[in-house]
Amino acid sequence: MRLFLPLVITFICGIVMILHFFIPHRPISTIGDGLTDWYMIVASAAIFLGAANLVQVHVHRINTKARNWKYSPVVLIGFIAMMATGLLWGVEETLPFDYMFQTMIVPMGATMFSLLAFFVASAAFRAFRASNWRATLLLASAFIVMLGRVPIGGMIWKQIPIISEWMMQVPNMAGQRAVMIGAALGVVATSLRMIFGIERSYLGGAD
Amino acid sequence: MRKLLEMLDRVDRRVIYLLMALSVFIPLALRLSYPIPVGQGPSQDLFKAIDSLPSGSVVLVSYDYDPSTMPELQPMAVALTQHMFTRGHRIIAMALWPQGASLSQEAMSAVGDSLGKAQYDDWVNLGYTVGAGVSIVRMGSSIRAVFPQDRDGFPYDSIPLLTRVQSLRDIDLVISLSAGDPGIHAWVMMAGDRFGLPVGGGCTAVSAPEFYTYLGTGQLLGLLGGLKGAADYETMVREGRGNTPAGLATPGMAAQSISHLVIMAFIVIGNISYLAVHKRRKGAPK
Repeated sequence: MRLFLPLVITFICGIVMILHFFIPHRPISTIGDGLTDWYMIVASAAIFLGAANLVQVHVHRINTKARNWKYSPVVLIGFIAMMATGLLWGVEETLPFDYMFQTMIVPMGATMFSLLAFFVASAAFRAFRASNWRATLLLASAFIVMLGRVPIGGMIWKQIPIISEWMMQVPNMAGQRAVMIGAALGVVATSLRMIFGIERSYLGGAD
Repeated sequence: MRKLLEMLDRVDRRVIYLLMALSVFIPLALRLSYPIPVGQGPSQDLFKAIDSLPSGSVVLVSYDYDPSTMPELQPMAVALTQHMFTRGHRIIAMALWPQGASLSQEAMSAVGDSLGKAQYDDWVNLGYTVGAGVSIVRMGSSIRAVFPQDRDGFPYDSIPLLTRVQSLRDIDLVISLSAGDPGIHAWVMMAGDRFGLPVGGGCTAVSAPEFYTYLGTGQLLGLLGGLKGAADYETMVREGRGNTPAGLATPGMAAQSISHLVIMAFIVIGNISYLAVHKRRKGAPK
């Protein structure tokens, strides 16, 4: 029963959602809308689950004095401060939640992502080698696209932005399209396998 | 010469970090600026699509990013909002990423206040919704079902802008500013392909190549790719408006130009030392 029930639920929900796509009329549309509402309710509940898990993991790290446990109180204090201010005063502008978001989370988030530039520069210096003709082709393409995406590229040679855009619209698009079609076929195949109960790894454990 | 090449091959990463920092800091400190020529391309296509909408059109802008990608995407949001408000369009903002809801509020209220646009009449921020693509499908039949109230807690039915907006079919254009998933993919697949809505987008430079497939098929009306896309859009918005101050992206393009050159210089140096060492090893007696 523990296996049968989830498989039946998956089958019914999957078939209804497929029918909902092709038959946007009652009663299928009503059932489909109901299922999407339930999906959003379940997804919202998952947020609480995630928050509880975050607290549990970091409390455990503090209790066991795990490696780098000193960062865990910072996470918990930040989490509780944001949650408390949001629940007590709301999230509107000029209120404490928004103030903390704008003055702490925004600059810290932007800083973390900005660090990528340093790692990219260092990695490019050490790993981007013209070791064979394919790597050389990649290197040349990267140079043209990098120059084409900044104003200085056009100042060096007017054709660089045009060649860069052509590379994006022709070879890049062809490659991306192949990847996307392949991935889409994989999604369709996996979805059908899940709906018909062939693929069961999502239930946990081995299939 | 050999010693120099060996020294270059073993250059400390802190030197690279320092030069990268200077390549960003100096152009910004000196306020260097380069002209930004906007040629035909996805940025201009999006501008024209918004320009061609009749005044009073309702545009849904989805803020599908968080502060980490804000330096690239927030300038787009500001420039797009300026353009849409000056054209007389009304904007419904929402977010498929939790922190996008606060970023949208910042952009909308700042631009709205500067152009005398009123919240709830000219723009509204519905906030964040879970569910990504599934939420978009539900919005196809009822937006109220997904957003019973706006970000500040006002009921959907009490908002004047939304009185005639029941579902996605009442929206004239969707724009997703996306830093990943959920984002443009979901909007193209659900709002565009399923409900026939025109969809435009803005994304980080690193993810722009994957969306060119949608541009080729017409599933995306236009695309702003990275800081360059934002600077293109700012330039088009500023054209014919006299001494309007530069936006957030345009000053950053000089820093990006120099930093790209620095990265390329490192790659060239790395390859010269690599080739020299490789050649010497080949020539060495076995």
